[in-house]
Amino acid sequence: MQNLIFKETDGELTASLYGELDHYLASSVRERTDGEINAARPSRFVLDISGVSFMDSSGLGLIMGRYTVCRGLGIDFVLRGADERAMKILDMAGLCSVISTENVKKEGEKNEKQACKRN
Amino acid sequence: MKNKPVNEIKITLSALPENEAVARGCVSQFVSRADPTVTELADVRCAVSEAVTNCVVHAYKGEIGDIYINARLYGDGRLTVKIADKGCGIPDVALAMTPLYTTDKNGERSGMGFAIMQSFCDKLKVRSSIGRGTVVFMEKYLGR
Repeated sequence: MQNLIFKETDGELTASLYGELDHYLASSVRERTDGEINAARPSRFVLDISGVSFMDSSGLGLIMGRYTVCRGLGIDFVLRGADERAMKILDMAGLCSVISTENVKKEGEKNEKQACKRN
Repeated sequence: MKNKPVNEIKITLSALPENEAVARGCVSQFVSRADPTVTELADVRCAVSEAVTNCVVHAYKGEIGDIYINARLYGDGRLTVKIADKGCGIPDVALAMTPLYTTDKNGERSGMGFAIMQSFCDKLKVRSSIGRGTVVFMEKYLGR
């Protein structure tokens, strides 16, 4: 199964991740993702994790790393499709207010738009 | 007399990245027998993943050593998980446990591993000795 799929449209590059976003997956997709970002130089980069069923701090590291790469290149970074658990982990690191998110998944719902909760 | 566990597993795994999923999968299968809530099960999965990833990334630094996992369930719904390695050890445990602290130079580690374990468990103890290894002890009450 493909764990990482890229799509490029109108200056926007989307990387969709599938599976369990742990250290193993993070280290295997990091270089390819940075390679695509550097090659495409989009104005907006979307990391879509709606197909991710599990995430730990290594996933958080991957998100932080890509955010930093994009910021360095003047690219807008967006995290799409995070579920409540991913948001909770993001929040623990104080990233909810830093990283732009869209289509945050509520428990039992898909693609529901929701503001980042602080609790 | 000290409480005896009603169920117990002991697993030894090679410290390989692909075994991170195996470790959290085994423990979560074991725990699911105790009728945990969805959140509790997800908490345990994540906490175990953090501890095992630490063994792979930090304790053995890419060398293939062994990771020892011992999970116990008690009659009162208490779960204990001990995750041990014989790796390099942590020079300053309190510092290592500080949120966002990481020894990683290239910025790909978030430094949130211990903070996540702490947040997802009721109790967390870390014992480490240089050159001999680290033991992470987690405790969580299930079905609450």
